Amino acid sequence: MEMPVPSPSVLAKKARIVQRLSAVLPADAVIHDVTETRAYECDALTAYKCPPLCAVLPGSTEEVAAVLKICHEEHVPVVPRGSGTSLAGGALPTADSVILGVARLNEVLEVDYDNRLIRVQSGRTNLGVTGAVEEDGFFYAPDPSSQLACAIAGNIAMNSGGAHCLKYGVTTNNLLGVTMVLMDGTVVEIGGGHLDAPGLDLLGLVCGSEGQLGVVTEATLRILRKPEGARPVLIGYDSNETAGQCVSDIIKAGVLPVAIEFMDRPCIRATEAFAHAGYPDCEALLIVEVEGSDAEIDAQLGVIAQIARKHDPVELREAQDADQAARIWLGRKSAFGAMGQINDYMCLDGTIPVSSLPHVLRRIGEMSKDYGLDVGNVFHAGDGNMHPLILFDANKPGDLERCEAFGADILKLCVEVGGCLTGEHGVGIEKRDLMGAQFTAADLEAQLRVKDVFDPEWLLNPAKVFPLASTEGRRAA
Amino acid sequence: MMNPRTEAELAEAVAGAAGPLRIVGGGTRPVGRPQSGEVLSVAELSGLELYEPGALTMVARAGTPLDEIEAALAAEGQRLPFEPMDHRTLLGTRGAPTIGGVVAANVSGPRRIQAGACRDSLIGVRFVDGRGVPIKSGGRVMKNVTGYDLVKLLAGSHGTLGVLSEVSFKVLPRPDMAAVLRIAGLPDGDAVRALSLALTSPFEVSGAAHMPEGSDGTPMTLIRIEGFEASVSYRAAELRTLLAAFGDITVETDPEHVGACWRRIRDVEPFAEQAGDVWRISVKPSDGPRAAAASGARRVLYDWGGGLVWALVDAGRDIRPALSEIPGHATLVRAAEETRAAIPAFQPEPAPLAAISAGLRRQFDPRGILNPGLMG
Repeated sequence: MEMPVPSPSVLAKKARIVQRLSAVLPADAVIHDVTETRAYECDALTAYKCPPLCAVLPGSTEEVAAVLKICHEEHVPVVPRGSGTSLAGGALPTADSVILGVARLNEVLEVDYDNRLIRVQSGRTNLGVTGAVEEDGFFYAPDPSSQLACAIAGNIAMNSGGAHCLKYGVTTNNLLGVTMVLMDGTVVEIGGGHLDAPGLDLLGLVCGSEGQLGVVTEATLRILRKPEGARPVLIGYDSNETAGQCVSDIIKAGVLPVAIEFMDRPCIRATEAFAHAGYPDCEALLIVEVEGSDAEIDAQLGVIAQIARKHDPVELREAQDADQAARIWLGRKSAFGAMGQINDYMCLDGTIPVSSLPHVLRRIGEMSKDYGLDVGNVFHAGDGNMHPLILFDANKPGDLERCEAFGADILKLCVEVGGCLTGEHGVGIEKRDLMGAQFTAADLEAQLRVKDVFDPEWLLNPAKVFPLASTEGRRAA
Repeated sequence: MMNPRTEAELAEAVAGAAGPLRIVGGGTRPVGRPQSGEVLSVAELSGLELYEPGALTMVARAGTPLDEIEAALAAEGQRLPFEPMDHRTLLGTRGAPTIGGVVAANVSGPRRIQAGACRDSLIGVRFVDGRGVPIKSGGRVMKNVTGYDLVKLLAGSHGTLGVLSEVSFKVLPRPDMAAVLRIAGLPDGDAVRALSLALTSPFEVSGAAHMPEGSDGTPMTLIRIEGFEASVSYRAAELRTLLAAFGDITVETDPEHVGACWRRIRDVEPFAEQAGDVWRISVKPSDGPRAAAASGARRVLYDWGGGLVWALVDAGRDIRPALSEIPGHATLVRAAEETRAAIPAFQPEPAPLAAISAGLRRQFDPRGILNPGLMG
C-alpha cells in the first residue's frame, strides 16, 4: 500500500515539534520515544505499519485545540485516533505525522433521560455509552462488533453501523451534536439537544468524514429505552437463493426485525467447529431477531415462521428461553474468531442490493476457485451489508497480495450490481484506490472541495479516503 | 422558464445560465429570502426509476410528484418513514409537491422522533452543481459509508449547493393500524412531561404532540402508536397505565380520525387561516414551553415531544433576540415577502460555522447563481 513520502523538513524538526507540544500538554501525554511510538504504528488493519513522528494524548478540548494549532503552524500532518480498531487503516500514521489519540477523553458529561440524550467525550467506548445508561433501562443503538473497544470518535469518523441498524439506523442517525476542533485550532459546536440543523447539515457531513474535517472531542448522542425483550429464530436453507427469497418475503410482509443475519456454508462449518453452537450443516443460515413484549415477539415470530416454512427450511429453531437465544447468537458472534482459527483473514465490507445476493454469492464462489483462496460470508441481510472473510496465510509470500486482489474484485462486483465499497468500516487506506470504481472524477472532486473548506492545507489524515494521485497537488500545497 | 427533461439537459441549463436561477419543484414551499432569478423547474424530470419492496429501497427523479411516490409505496404496503409535511395548507400555495422539493427542504413530520428526518431515510442523491457538473453521492443501498456523506449536505440545502436530479430512499413497511391517545386539559409544562414519559417508555411512540388550543379551544395532548393490532392495543393499555397521573386518557383507533388528527399537526393546520407570521422553533424538548413563552407567540403548537414549537407571531417581528438564551434555532416559515427579505429565514450561524457554510457554497456554486441568498 503506497503512502506519501514523509516530509524531510518535518522529520528534521521533530525535536522542536515535541518541545512545543510538551509545553501545552502534561509530560506523560506526549509520546516521542521511538520504542513507545510503535504502539501507534497501526490499527486493526495490521498488515500496514509505520510509527508516527510522535503521539499525543490530550485530556480536554482545549488541549486538542492547542495541539492542532501548533501542528497547523508547523505544517505537520495529524492523524486522529480513537481506539485504533479500524479495519480500513483509518488511523495508520505516516512517519511525519502526529497521532492525536482521544483515549483520555472518556468522561460522561451529561445524561438527560427527559430529552433522550447523553453527552460524552469522544474517547469513550461505544459500549461505555450504553454502560452509563443501561441500569436505567436505556441504550445507545449503533452496535459495531468492536463495541467493547471502539471509541465514539471513531464511530463518528466512520459512521459505524452494527447488526441492529435495520431498525435503529447507523451512527449518523443517532448523533445529535459534536464539539469539534478544526485543524487551525478553532473550536466549533455543531448541533446539540435539538433534532435538526439551522442551516446546512454540517453534522451529517462531519459524520463519516474519516477524521479529515476536524477532531471531534465531545458528542451528543440519542439514547433509547430498551425494548421489553428480544428473541431470535434460526432458519436453515439448502440454497442461498431460497434464503435470500425468505429475507425478501419477510420484509415484504411488513415485519421489521431488528436484525437479519446470514451465514453461508463455509462460515457455518468454521463456526460450528469452533463454537459448537449446534448449527445445522446447510447451505445458508438466517438469524432473525424481533423485539417487544413476549406476546408481540410471539406474534412477529409466528409471521416469520410461517413465511420461512413456505420456503421449505432445513431447520427452523425458535429460542424458548434466554439460554437458547444465546446459543443461536453464539455461532454468529464467534464467526470472525472461528475464521481466524483457520487462518489469517481479510474482512470485507461491501454493500449490495439485497436482490443481488444469490448472484453475488455465486460469483464470489467462482472467484474463490480462480484465486485459490477460501472465503466465508457473514452478511447483514436486511440491509445488504456483506462481510466476506477471505482466508490467506500471511507467512506465505504473495498470499496477502492475492487476497487483496481477490478482495478488490469482490468490492468491484458490489459496485457493479448497484452497491458500494464499504457499508460500515470506512475507506481508510484499504479501499482508497478503489474509489474510482464507484465515483467519477467529478464525484470525487466535489468531496475534495469539501475538505478544502475545512482543512485548506490538507493536514488532517491526508493520505486516506481518496486515491493518492487525486490529492497529490492539494497535499503538497 | 427552463424545463429540462433529463439530467443532461439540466446540466446544460445550469452551465449555460447567464445569471441567478430560482429552482423550483412543485413550487409549494416558498421559504427563505425571495428569489428573482430565472425559473429553473425540475418538474419534468419525473418518474420512479426503481422500486424494490423486498429491499425497502426506492429511486425517483427529483421532479416526481410526492403523491405518485406515496401511491406506489402504498400499493406494496410501504411508505416514506418520515411523514413529510405538506406546506400547501399553511402557506396557501398550490401545485404538486415533488420528492426533490421534500429533500431540498429536508421536510419531515411528526414521525421524525421515531423514524428520523427526511435526511435519515435518504440514501443517495444525484445533483448538478453550480458549474453545471452532474455529481452523485450515496447510492441505492441503505448502508454506505463510501466517501463523504454529501447526501446529508444536500438534504435541506434548498437548492443552494446543487439542483437535485435524482433521490434514493430507504422505505419502511406501513403498519396495520395506528391509535392516538388523548389527554385533555394539560398546561404546556405538564404536557411535555407526559410526552417525555411516553417517549422514554419501551412502547415505541411515533407521534408526540400538544395543542394548547385544541379543536374545542382547550388543551389537547396527543400520543401516537402504530403496529399490528394486538401490539397497538397492548401498548395503548400500557401507556394509559403509565400516564394515568396526567388525567383521563381516551384512545382513538378510527383510521380516518387518527389520520386527520396527525395531518392537522403535521401540516400546522390550526395556523392556516390565522393572520401573522409562522416560525418553527427547534429546541431540546424540555425547553419547548420556555421557548414558546419567550417567543411572545400568539399561539403555539408543539410536535416532536416538545422539541418542535410552531409559533404564530405578530407580522414582521424577529423572535430570535427573545430566544437567544435558549439553545436551538428558529426558522421563519411563513411571512410576507418584505419580511422575508428583511429577516433571515434561517438562523444566522456563529462566525466559524458561517464561514464553513459560505465556503461550501462557494465550492459548489462558485458563480453564486443557485437560489442566491435564500438561506442567508
